[in-house]
Amino acid sequence: MSSQHVQTDVVVVGGGLMGASAAFFLRQRGVSAVLLERGLVGQQASGVNFGNVRRQGRFLPQLPLAHRSRDIWGRLPELIGHDAEFIATGHVRVVYAESQMADVEKYATDAKHWGLDLQILGRSELRKRFPFFGPEVIGGSYSPNDGHANPRLAAPAFGRAAKRDGAQVIEDCEVLQVEKSGQDFRVNTSSGLTVTAPAALICSGAWGGAMSAAWGEPVPMVPKGPTMAVTEPLPYGIVPVVGVSTRIEHEGVYFRQVRRGNIVFGGGRRNPAYLDGRRANVNPNWTLGQLHELRRIAPALGKLNVLRTWSGVEGYMDDDIPIMGPSAKVSGLYYAFGFCGHGFQLGPGVGDVMAELIATGASSTPIEPFHIHRFTSVPAAETAVVNA
Amino acid sequence: MADPRVIVVGAGPAGVRAAQALVEAGLRPTVIDEGRRDGGQIYRRQPEGFARSYPQLYGTEAQKAKDLHDSFEALRPHIDYRPETLAWNLTAGQLHVVAGGERTAVLPYDSLIVCSGATDRLLPVEGWHYAGCYSLGAAQIALKSQACSIGKRVVFMGTGPLLYLVASQYLKAGAQVAAVLDTSSLSTRIRALPALAARPALLWNGLKLVAMLRSAGVRLMAGISPVAVTGDDERGVSGVRLRDAQGREHSFECDAVGLGYHLRSEGQLADLAKCHFDFDEPSRQWLPRIDEDGRSSAPGVYLAGDGARILGADGAEAAGRLAALAALKDAGRPHAVVEMPQLRKRLATMDKFRRGLLQAFPWPHQLASQLPDRAIVCRCEGVSAGDLRATVRDLGAQEMNRAKALCRVGMGRCQGRYCGHAAAELVADAAGLPIERVGRLRGQGPVKPLPMSVPLAVEEQA
Repeated sequence: MSSQHVQTDVVVVGGGLMGASAAFFLRQRGVSAVLLERGLVGQQASGVNFGNVRRQGRFLPQLPLAHRSRDIWGRLPELIGHDAEFIATGHVRVVYAESQMADVEKYATDAKHWGLDLQILGRSELRKRFPFFGPEVIGGSYSPNDGHANPRLAAPAFGRAAKRDGAQVIEDCEVLQVEKSGQDFRVNTSSGLTVTAPAALICSGAWGGAMSAAWGEPVPMVPKGPTMAVTEPLPYGIVPVVGVSTRIEHEGVYFRQVRRGNIVFGGGRRNPAYLDGRRANVNPNWTLGQLHELRRIAPALGKLNVLRTWSGVEGYMDDDIPIMGPSAKVSGLYYAFGFCGHGFQLGPGVGDVMAELIATGASSTPIEPFHIHRFTSVPAAETAVVNA
Repeated sequence: MADPRVIVVGAGPAGVRAAQALVEAGLRPTVIDEGRRDGGQIYRRQPEGFARSYPQLYGTEAQKAKDLHDSFEALRPHIDYRPETLAWNLTAGQLHVVAGGERTAVLPYDSLIVCSGATDRLLPVEGWHYAGCYSLGAAQIALKSQACSIGKRVVFMGTGPLLYLVASQYLKAGAQVAAVLDTSSLSTRIRALPALAARPALLWNGLKLVAMLRSAGVRLMAGISPVAVTGDDERGVSGVRLRDAQGREHSFECDAVGLGYHLRSEGQLADLAKCHFDFDEPSRQWLPRIDEDGRSSAPGVYLAGDGARILGADGAEAAGRLAALAALKDAGRPHAVVEMPQLRKRLATMDKFRRGLLQAFPWPHQLASQLPDRAIVCRCEGVSAGDLRATVRDLGAQEMNRAKALCRVGMGRCQGRYCGHAAAELVADAAGLPIERVGRLRGQGPVKPLPMSVPLAVEEQA
């Protein structure tokens, strides 16, 4: 293998939506960046998720970041030359039980202080606006400016834009070892390429835990796979993204119709995922469970056919909050991974914030709740050996 | 030791002979079949109440068809037969089925013998999305099952033995066959004669079919290049245009077209079972890896018939029986193992013939990579040749699943069955890569569209 060496300002490990958008926004700030991706950009969790650009329902301290990201979603064509099929269709969360309605109402009240205006809709108002809901649905909460986008397109589009603007985006290039000598990180890869940089950003999703652990910052994370599927197309008519607010896992399904007409759905139970195999497989019984739940939300969906199912590898933290921010132990090292199945909406904002943080030393959007120091205590390692 | 639970998928020649061997060994296999009746595609049975004779339906193969149907009738009391049942998904040791489009079940197995058959390999041509365009297989099903013709005046275009067989069946049934247009040249067929001589009777049958078409006055052309199926959205197909071997353009008026370029194995279940696939150079297809007895790379999963290798009906009968004997042997229930060398030998002869057919009727891959930009490649999703080229050129796709993710090719109802082969040729050509480097579309459940009205599944105890 040819050995080649590149010096850059920031080496980004992992070409998912977080890494690709970080590389893009680093270039926007005039910072040089090399993005290393073991497979293809956007191939793992970033490419297989539901495509929800949803703010309502999130952990409230995450809303400033979600707002920043939502702003970027609306400006994608001018920024990256591609809309990733983002449309602000609105998002409606529906409930089956009065007790859950109270939760949704409380969330709407609290979210207002965080800058998110939600509309509470009762049974008749909900049906007037969205006649497809079934009789079990008693009400919901509507977020008019949320929407959805195409996860298959978003991360690759950021990757191409980063490249267009001068980042080196290197695919099929696995990181074998990251070590720090002096001020620089030195990254050895499977293709023989060595990258040195004073800053390293780890955006390796479900595989991020192995990387942070190698720096003495282990985190409690497990990989899981979403249960996803798509129907045959039908005339476009279901505009908002629909999800169920519930405490019962298998009830929590969601769906959206794309302009082309197909209905994408997911939620409910998750599947085991395998870091080594880089795969997760759909349990067919979970798909059947989703069909049952979808018929409860919108009975007419029972007349369609499912064309395809899929899953992928997502990283879930035990507190359901991602890792984002500087390392607590190693200067120049940054993390953005483990987005617990809700990272797609945040992706562009995460890239923008990480670029700002690395370039200026601070983020204008509060991200302290996501710092890795909430988990770490042991001293740092001198050399991190990954996958060796 | 309890009897191994064995499931056979498919009740065509391979599936029936597999089930028969299992029953002989004292087992009671479950036989899952999508069809309403047994026989598969080649020996498809007509609906009850239809009265065509075996010779009318199956021609020279009438006796073989009757033997297979009779064998299956005799097996019925000894098997758990589930017609109109789709094996829609597969997980380790479990087959997920839906019967009649409405009853779901999870069937545990120790051994699974997949006899999933083949479908037409199709090559897009401009205008092939007009109503009135059928695959050769579909044209044959219409005739065999319902005694219907796909049109009043039909052109058959493509290549492979089925092209002549279906044309002759239409002619015999009284349909007007406007032309039989073959992309393979006479010289490739002549060069393949030594390999085809491995099965002289079959070769003779093929030659007789061509002679019969010619003497009936049907226009036969070889070495052609399809240009377009002409027509419009309102009325559908009105004709075909093509170039002959010398480059001169010809056209034929018709109201239906049967298209097909030999066959492709139905590999979805093998894929879901995580069987290893290899690129098969002679057919330019990815085929599941099997040993000489039909063992796949997945433990307990056996593959037989056209779903594994396109050997035709006789080959399927032998391969089905051999796979069942292998499964029995592996389960510690050896039965009739003395037959195994004989069956392997028969299959080796048939594989020689298979290679001869591929030589005689090659997949004209250059026609796929040369399709005009405006030609629709993926009919389900409306993806054109130009869209695919742009996906490679502008978006950097170098691999089929990447191309699928970026431009939707192969994402529709057929899940790439119709367009996948041609799309791979286009992607390879545009990327300047050999075909095997662009890979194949990964199989994803459901195997065929799954009705969203189906209930939760119950695991059945064997």
